[in-house]
Amino acid sequence: MSNQAETGELWEVFLQSKSGLAFKHAGSVHGSDAEIALQNARDVYTRRNEAVGLWIVPSDQIIAASPSDSESFFDLANDKIYRHPTFYNVPDGVKHM
Amino acid sequence: METKEMIAAYATRLGDTSLILSHRLAKLYASGPTLEESVALTNISLDHLGQATTFYQYAAKLNANGLNEDDIAYRRNEREYDNFQLVEQPNTDFAFVMLRQYLVDAFNYHYYSALCDSNDETLAAIAAKAIKEVKYHYRHSREWLLRLGKGTEEAYNKLDNALVHLWSYTKEMFTPDAIDEALASLGIAVDLKSVQEQWERDVFEFFSELKLQIPEKIFQAKGCKEGNHTELLGHILCEMQYLPRAYPDAKW
Repeated sequence: MSNQAETGELWEVFLQSKSGLAFKHAGSVHGSDAEIALQNARDVYTRRNEAVGLWIVPSDQIIAASPSDSESFFDLANDKIYRHPTFYNVPDGVKHM
Repeated sequence: METKEMIAAYATRLGDTSLILSHRLAKLYASGPTLEESVALTNISLDHLGQATTFYQYAAKLNANGLNEDDIAYRRNEREYDNFQLVEQPNTDFAFVMLRQYLVDAFNYHYYSALCDSNDETLAAIAAKAIKEVKYHYRHSREWLLRLGKGTEEAYNKLDNALVHLWSYTKEMFTPDAIDEALASLGIAVDLKSVQEQWERDVFEFFSELKLQIPEKIFQAKGCKEGNHTELLGHILCEMQYLPRAYPDAKW
């Protein structure tokens, strides 16, 4: 495996599959700087028509919740079914929910 | 020669340069400097292969000799290939690969931009599709040259070394032959003089930014349009044509 000095920094890649939709995390790439990383992301993640929009973000700029917080962060939502909008009917015309 | 035959020869020649460059780049698959760059070079290789395919298909349609696009690629010898000698130069190192690519990309960018206005509808349509790919190739190779030229001393020296070798194969790209001239007068072929002016403006300005010295009084290869080549093309064809020559008419 090559070290970081050879392959560059790590960048997270976000793709937008259609204009107006939210960007979704697709994976990561290496790149020595923003332009090279953007081109790498384009070449690795958009070569099969996956995207109309592309973002990259330096991986070290992502602030993640710690796995040790998962109980206090996420488990509490389990028994609060009333927070889910399951009592509404989605009209047929709505495509992306 | 009839106009139709000239257009077939012209399309074949454009396909030849794309195919040989595609083959050179394909050899870097899984051996680029990083995984991402390997994928990038393979994408670019496939773009060139696609361009070669459409040019050969068009040539096959116009040719009276009944050769299809595969025959054109696999059943011609060195002297029947009219690709630029620049694209058969080896993948010596990454600086060679990127400089070769940059010199061709800058050429293709201006050449295909002009070919979009060809009076021949098919050539114009192929160029209109290719120019989108070429714009990206040009951006990719230019950005890498910027980083090599302004990077470490070692990177600069490798780029400089590649330039001394590859510059010998640049002049013939702009040398027209009888087919170029006859088709240009009909508004079908591209006027190489204006492509040369645009190419030199781009390349000279960029190289002076990178403080690269363009080699002067250097040997200039010629005759690619008469089938002249370096010995390297024979080795490329040997490898590329082995299967269809060993198993003619094999299907898979």
